[in-house]
Amino acid sequence: MQNPAPANDLETEEKAAIDRQPSLLFRALDSDVVASFVRSKLTIAAAVVTVAFLLLAIFAGVVSPQNPFDPAELDLFNSRLPPIWADLGTAPYLLGTDEQGRDLFSAIAYGLRISLAVGFLGVLLAAGIGITLGLLAGYLGGIVDTVVMRVADVQLTFPAILIALLVDGVAKSVLGGQLDEGTILVVLVLAIGLSFWVQYARTVRGSVMVEKNKDYIAAAKLIGLPAPVIMARHVLPNVMGPVLVIATINLALAVITEATLSFLGSGMPETMPSLGTLIRIGNNYLFSGEWWIVAFPGIALAMLVLAINLLGDWLRDALNPKLR
Amino acid sequence: MTHRTSVLALASAALLGATALGAQAATLRYANQGDLKSLDPYTLNETTANAHLGHVYEGLTKRGKDLAIEPGLAESWEILDDGKRWRFKLREGVTFQNGNPFTADDVLFSADRVRASGSNFQTRVPADATFVKIDDHTVDVVLQTPNPILNAQWDTWYIMDQEWAQEFGAEMPTPASAETPSHAALNANGTGPFSITVHEPGIRTVFTANPTWWDEPEHNLDEIVFTPIASDATRVAALLSGEVDVIEPVPVQDIERVRASDRADVLTGPELRTIFLGFDQDRDELLYSNVEGENPFKDVRVREAFMRAIDADLIRDRVMRGLSTPSALMIAPELFAHSDEFERPAYDPERARELLAEAGYPDGFEVGMDCPNDRYVNDEAICQGVVSMLARVGVTVNLNAQPKAQYFAKVLKSGGYDTSFYLLGWTPGTFDSHNVLNDLHGCRAEGSPRGETNLGGYCNEAVDELIEQILVESDEEKRNDLIKQAYEITTGEFAYVPLHQQALAWGVADGVELVQRADNQVLLYWARKGD
Repeated sequence: MQNPAPANDLETEEKAAIDRQPSLLFRALDSDVVASFVRSKLTIAAAVVTVAFLLLAIFAGVVSPQNPFDPAELDLFNSRLPPIWADLGTAPYLLGTDEQGRDLFSAIAYGLRISLAVGFLGVLLAAGIGITLGLLAGYLGGIVDTVVMRVADVQLTFPAILIALLVDGVAKSVLGGQLDEGTILVVLVLAIGLSFWVQYARTVRGSVMVEKNKDYIAAAKLIGLPAPVIMARHVLPNVMGPVLVIATINLALAVITEATLSFLGSGMPETMPSLGTLIRIGNNYLFSGEWWIVAFPGIALAMLVLAINLLGDWLRDALNPKLR
Repeated sequence: MTHRTSVLALASAALLGATALGAQAATLRYANQGDLKSLDPYTLNETTANAHLGHVYEGLTKRGKDLAIEPGLAESWEILDDGKRWRFKLREGVTFQNGNPFTADDVLFSADRVRASGSNFQTRVPADATFVKIDDHTVDVVLQTPNPILNAQWDTWYIMDQEWAQEFGAEMPTPASAETPSHAALNANGTGPFSITVHEPGIRTVFTANPTWWDEPEHNLDEIVFTPIASDATRVAALLSGEVDVIEPVPVQDIERVRASDRADVLTGPELRTIFLGFDQDRDELLYSNVEGENPFKDVRVREAFMRAIDADLIRDRVMRGLSTPSALMIAPELFAHSDEFERPAYDPERARELLAEAGYPDGFEVGMDCPNDRYVNDEAICQGVVSMLARVGVTVNLNAQPKAQYFAKVLKSGGYDTSFYLLGWTPGTFDSHNVLNDLHGCRAEGSPRGETNLGGYCNEAVDELIEQILVESDEEKRNDLIKQAYEITTGEFAYVPLHQQALAWGVADGVELVQRADNQVLLYWARKGD
């Protein structure tokens, strides 16, 4: 039997040619972005903290000694225990317990899950709305541009938290009465999404205005591609850099907004607390010596937001050719 | 005396005079955890609202510092026709704050208005009582059946000005569930020691001393500024920083902190209010539950299971930090002589699970719970504790804790008793068991004098009959015996789950003197500041 040698040789040669090129992973690791990441110790620390919080949130069910959302696992008898290193500290309540006997470490882990989920989904929604409107405004121009940008201008005159409170209030009065936790989550995501889209829209519109006059767009138009395809396949990928930076910084803002809403009492209920709700609960014990109830959720929130912000700053610098 | 010392003496005399003047221009700043929503005196029968409005409005009777009934707008009264006719002699020369004179017509008008639909005080005045104007300052109340305690709750049945109400279209009471407030809900026109000059719900209410008040004021205030501060820590901080002079309540966790400060102190005492849980045992299917086609709370075993699943001692130790007294009855022990003959069923989660299984719910069920979060001491924390205790016997409770304005609008009669399971507190307006039985345990029906705040619709005709007898029985021994019989029925049927009597805790800045009444009405017309 004879093998079809020539064909085989060709394949080997092609393979070899591919092997000689650096792999995608290698190319990614070799990029400027990674280089600037490795150079900055602060950024590495921020990334470590962010990843740690993400893991804590994802594996909350595994690492927590208690499910703080299940009232059957709370025991008033274990309420107001101080952190484990203090005099009356009791295992397994690492960071102490609150008024209801809720383990604070578990509550923070589960609360992070809610805060981050609301943050991510809120940012996704905001980016979705903002990018779509920005693309349309920038590419189509004219009346669409005017309307979208004026609406954006008007919304920019309000602080985002006010818009979020407004959305939250309207949703609650429309839906009425007793909302279950799932609905409240959706309302929070909506409130955050609807209050943060403006930045995306404005940034994307600006980038689109620049890109749409370039030759490759003209070429795409010439070969008869329809406008939606040009927008999605050709313009969008070239304006994603700034969007990524905004999204990162916005994630921190969204987490803060969720915490603020919950702190003000219009977010997650006390039976299913997010970080903001935990801080609100703890706030009542500021004077009575039970400092840990407010301190640990507060520290967790501050660390998370700071870390994400640092990552966002680094990403902005790394993606900005002018700053190199 | 040298020239210099006399100058000094003069100067200090001038200074003293100035401080005296300063003390007279006194503003008392008061913060409560809850808001004053409606100024309509018939909207909400709630201690805090009654106390606020008691500065502006007055009833035919008043209650003194020791809770004894005293003449108010009625100078005197006598009982005629074996208790079927009461004659009230009204005070002359009294004017409302808008200048209108107070006459018998105002009493007749108020009697109609307080019994009209939307009022939360309908049982204050018997539905079958007829008010007859004898002359401008004499009113007869004609009753179908004798009622020896007719005026026992009239200290909080405030008399309104007929002309004023008609002028502004406020003839009908504002229900607690009203979306658009009427004129009477935003303005007040009473005969009392203070008038309301600014009312911004949720922000502040300013009470200004009424110079034309008919009585001699005991206070030395010019105005009272009331601010709602819902957050416990913020309220305490406001007191400790001198931003406010009086707060109610001092959160139990901060009592020691306030006592230790050199600017303020805490006035404490037992309160006559009973905090309890109630069930909807009237509807055939619960509004907020996963049980379909039947109402588990109609089954006495389920109600007993709830009683036994809740550890009131643990709530006292942990949530209330020792400042509550677990209660077997729906009335404070101070108010009923035979209280000690009743014992709270022991905490027994095992038995609770068995009872639920016997009733056909071996895996428990799901139910929604309504709870205020700015009304009673640690109300929401108590509800959460109850949720977790019930979870351990298999009952899933979905807690809906909200500010009292929304809470009361939902659960009370004006909101259609829209609740399945709730936490409420009750101080009998008469400081007597009749009120507890009548308002919380009497069968409710349209036009019925009973059961106005019987949110769960508990009903037992034997209890109703006893309530009738208790009302007219004048022999104290026999009366107490009847009350005991009634309580034996209601506790045996687990009509409610009484939790505890909370403790009073008012924060008072140094230099302010208050009178603390055991019904927790913060009445600042007895307050003195700076002397």
